[in-house]
Amino acid sequence: MAEPAKNDVIIKVRGLVNAFGGKIIHDHIDLDVRRGEVLGVVGGSGAGKSVLLRSIIGLIQSREGTVEVFGEPISGDIESAAMQRLEMRWGVLFQEGALFSAQTVAENIQVPLREYTSMSQELMDEIACMKLGMVGLAADAGCKFPSELSGGMKKRAGLARALALDPELLFLDEPTAGLDPISANQFDELIKQLQKVLGLTVFLVTHDLDTLRAVTDRIAVLVNKKLVIGTIDELRHNKDPWIQDYFSGVRGRAALSSMDLASEEAR
Amino acid sequence: MTSIESASADEPQAWFKLDREGHRLAMGGAWTIAESARLDRELAGLTLSGGDISIDASRISRLDSAGAWLLLRTRRAMESDGVKVSSFNLPELYQPLLETLDQERKVEHGVSRIPAGFRGRLYRIGRAVMHAYRQTVSMLGYLGRVTVETGEAIAQPKHKFRVAAMFHQVEETGINALPIVGLLAFLIGVVLAYQGADQLKRFGAEIFTINLLGVGVLREIGGLITAIIVAGRSGSAFTAQIGTMRVNEEIDAMQTMGLNTVDTLVLPRIVGLVIALPLLTFYSDLMGLLGGAMMCYFQLGITIPIFLRQLNEAVNVNTLMVGLIKAPVFAFVIALVGCYEGFQVERNAASVGLLTTRSVVEGIFLVIVLDAAFSVMFSVLGI
Repeated sequence: MAEPAKNDVIIKVRGLVNAFGGKIIHDHIDLDVRRGEVLGVVGGSGAGKSVLLRSIIGLIQSREGTVEVFGEPISGDIESAAMQRLEMRWGVLFQEGALFSAQTVAENIQVPLREYTSMSQELMDEIACMKLGMVGLAADAGCKFPSELSGGMKKRAGLARALALDPELLFLDEPTAGLDPISANQFDELIKQLQKVLGLTVFLVTHDLDTLRAVTDRIAVLVNKKLVIGTIDELRHNKDPWIQDYFSGVRGRAALSSMDLASEEAR
Repeated sequence: MTSIESASADEPQAWFKLDREGHRLAMGGAWTIAESARLDRELAGLTLSGGDISIDASRISRLDSAGAWLLLRTRRAMESDGVKVSSFNLPELYQPLLETLDQERKVEHGVSRIPAGFRGRLYRIGRAVMHAYRQTVSMLGYLGRVTVETGEAIAQPKHKFRVAAMFHQVEETGINALPIVGLLAFLIGVVLAYQGADQLKRFGAEIFTINLLGVGVLREIGGLITAIIVAGRSGSAFTAQIGTMRVNEEIDAMQTMGLNTVDTLVLPRIVGLVIALPLLTFYSDLMGLLGGAMMCYFQLGITIPIFLRQLNEAVNVNTLMVGLIKAPVFAFVIALVGCYEGFQVERNAASVGLLTTRSVVEGIFLVIVLDAAFSVMFSVLGI
């Protein structure tokens, strides 16, 4: 983790078009994610937030356009070795954690370690424990099976697995959805802290305005099949009716007013 | 296979060096996960002479959490060995990472709770036995519940019996199964007649192929094949349907609305299958005989009229009834197991698949066990 060079673009999306059965979801969208930033992606239900994430990490073939991650173009004909090299440099947290249900949490975390390194079992155990500690789980959670964990713990365990190979880039798909507000706040804090300590770049798909306010540097709003990108302040003054509704609706105002209060206190 | 160790070859190698007096440990290079397997092995060989030591990690050019853990672990090991770490230098940039990791944590080794070796084998056997025991008890309990509910449904059929749902099940498990059951029974008839003719020809008793076929298909094979196909087809479907409803919390929703799940889900399936399976078995008997008759014609030159006359001598209505009487029992067991396993599904996706498999295996197992029990019973009764 060298001193992060600012403005170094890690994810570069150009002219991306995604469509399912004739219904266009993304219409020529462009996006840059810079090294060390936290980018939040928001949008209505079904606006294609997760689809965007999935086409960046290569799970979905898009109809048109290019996606580059770490300067490597992601497309159907990418070499599998090149893809593996990329996969070692990013971690993905899926909505429900996507833990392998047949394995304990510690084994889940060790899956990428076992696959890509030649570590001894002892060191892998230590690393699994350390990762659990980083995401705020007790060490004995490592011997539990995913079915024995609560929703919040599953997400933390999923995050620990995503961090197993010390990735530079982290994809989070609705990390706080389904968590109670206290757990959600703790998760926000955790992401913020890890991002700072590990110098991560974070691509964060979320619905949660509090999360957006707490952790993101910039926000990309998916509206009318296009992306509108800006800081939270810029977006609050955007004229688009959906964006206006989103940030000025009752929930939006509540989340943002606490931000205004905080900034006034800071003054 | 790509490994992360070969993927980052362009980075400076991680190194550490203890000076000759053993009082200064210098470290540098990229202490990352790519290097950590090697570092782990090399650090294990580090022996200290005792006394104070100063750690100088200021030349580390890159540090991630795996590297930081190794650094931290080395320092801790020194401290617990009674070596005093007099100074510790690390680039400012990486201080927060080390501080985050530096919490008192007990490392738990051994990620599996099942002991290894002989004890593990005993443990597994014991667990399987207990599981089978609990499963039997709980299935008997379920049988009791279904029996009670069936009794109630018979007592007040208007209120508790869902006719439309039952006929839907008859269609689903009976009519829709006709093609596959018919084809397989036909083929079994062909095989049986062919093998029988082959053996009996040596004794000049080809004509008894028809006796073999008639008794075999009507008494045993027709019913057994049909029950096994239905266990695979409908028993699994029952488990999957009810299981999916459990995963979606639909069962819970029904309960909160005061709907009795046995009335709404289980009884229509059981009654539907109990009606459908005897009919299917009869159909399968006919198809089996048809297959056999065709084989007799081509293999032995026995024409249909001769076939029918010999069949008439070989079997009577009792032979058919012995086969058919078993079908409702098989149907009841298959449907009961299918529904029971459906209700055992837990709220995760893997559970549906697991229990569907189990329902088919248990269904077929019970069908064959019951068939054997019937054979014993019939021979005792002299039927």
